[in-house]
Amino acid sequence: MEVNEVDPVSGRKTTGHIWNGIKELDTPIPRGVLLFLIVTHLFAVLWWVLLPTWPIGRTYTKGVLGIDQKTTVEASVKESAIARAPWVSRIESLSYDEIRADEQLMASVRTTGHQLFGDNCAACHGREGKGRENYPDLSDDDWIWGGGPEAIAQTLAVGINTRHPETRVGQMPAFGRDEMLDRQQVIDVATYVSSLSDPSASTAENIDQIDKGREVFRTTCIACHGEDAKGNPELGAPNLTDRRWIYGGSLQRIIASIHGGRQGHMPTWDERLTPTEIKVLALYVNDIGQGKP
Amino acid sequence: MPELMHKKLERSATGFMLAIIAAASVGGIVEIAPLFTIDDTVETVSDMRLYTPLELAGRDIYVREGCYACHSQMIRTLRDEVERYGPYSLAVESQYDHPMLWGSKRTGPDLARVGGKYSDFWHVAHLNNPRDVVPESNMPSYRWLGTTRLKLSDLPLALRAQRAVGVPYSDEMIENAAGDAYGQAMPDSEQSSGVTERYGEATQVSAFDAVMTNVTEMDALVAYLQVLGQLTRAAYENTAAPEQMPDPDN
Repeated sequence: MEVNEVDPVSGRKTTGHIWNGIKELDTPIPRGVLLFLIVTHLFAVLWWVLLPTWPIGRTYTKGVLGIDQKTTVEASVKESAIARAPWVSRIESLSYDEIRADEQLMASVRTTGHQLFGDNCAACHGREGKGRENYPDLSDDDWIWGGGPEAIAQTLAVGINTRHPETRVGQMPAFGRDEMLDRQQVIDVATYVSSLSDPSASTAENIDQIDKGREVFRTTCIACHGEDAKGNPELGAPNLTDRRWIYGGSLQRIIASIHGGRQGHMPTWDERLTPTEIKVLALYVNDIGQGKP
Repeated sequence: MPELMHKKLERSATGFMLAIIAAASVGGIVEIAPLFTIDDTVETVSDMRLYTPLELAGRDIYVREGCYACHSQMIRTLRDEVERYGPYSLAVESQYDHPMLWGSKRTGPDLARVGGKYSDFWHVAHLNNPRDVVPESNMPSYRWLGTTRLKLSDLPLALRAQRAVGVPYSDEMIENAAGDAYGQAMPDSEQSSGVTERYGEATQVSAFDAVMTNVTEMDALVAYLQVLGQLTRAAYENTAAPEQMPDPDN
């Protein structure tokens, strides 16, 4: 239906639609918008040629630029590796002691290590590595599996109580639950253990109990924790004479540990992190752990 | 002439509707339909394993609780994502995900490779109250999971439904679904050996929530979280995920 009526004010044709006496003008699309539409369409056609676009049966047009997201990301990862290469190659080639002696390298270790730690370790050990109940404090100088960078790197790589073939295995048996010690023996030995680090736990009243506990300790605990109860990093047996506790140091908590046993779990990182990243983290953790050998 | 055609179309309700449908489906036809026919959309790998019944139940809980609203499961082909989360996600890794849970929003971190990153113990503590282990977290607590028994009797049906949409569960797997879920969360039970027999030695059998008396929704969800990114090694081995299959005639 062609309408040839012209609006006298604007000089434009009308559409012929009338609502309550108001007539609609048949105004064409503004030239700028039309131009924009044409340009975007031309742009799209150019893109069809340059980039992977059209499906053809079992394959698709690859585009003359040959761009593929997978190669792009691999290239940019490589590029960033090259940017880091000057100090990373030194981390790779130098020994732990040589790196620790080099303040400049250690500055890089601290920056990168902090990032790696935040992403991978902080969930359990906390952002500052201070740990919390059930997760060891890495910022003190007390180490269960050794605090030298080599020992830390090994713990990181294979984990503790994991399914890794070379995993570190640390099992505190459930002496109470599995009936290796009776109820009274558990309480006695817990009282003795608690007195090792806390002199106030030993009083005139419980001296007999502590003696009995010491006897139980001699027959049951020294194989792992040692005669002096200072632990053994080879077996992951913690030092019981300091006041640092993973599972709590109150008498109740010590009794719980002896009764039910403890099998902490540290994941393996040798597949998730590169050997260099593990080396950086080992140095970083050793560093926040006050750099003990 | 085109002007006339438009005017005609505009005045026909059915014609205009059909024109709208045709225009709106171009995107789908061009972007989605070809994925069903193009050969290298989904990589071919040999080590892809299936979700065990317990992991599948955990996945259903993940969907039920809306975890996907805040967590994606898709590491994109971007340098920062690859350096933080690990190898970018391959299509084959969500081959048996019905529906897929790639997500598009990250209030929390991506979970595509979270399997094995933390201990079971950590996951349980974290789900019970995220603030206990991550003080700055704004994730809700899911405390009831640890006290809600998992409905094992539903599992054969869940597996059957997955098989209907193309996941290759065998009759034996469907038949033993409830027992396998029980066995995976009870390492000392007699059912536990059947799980590794049917689903492979890589299957993690453990008392996920450390409670050995019953199988809870916590067991299922933690089992699922621990398998994310572990169904195949393809993403870690470039050779196992060729962009194009080798041509047998060459």
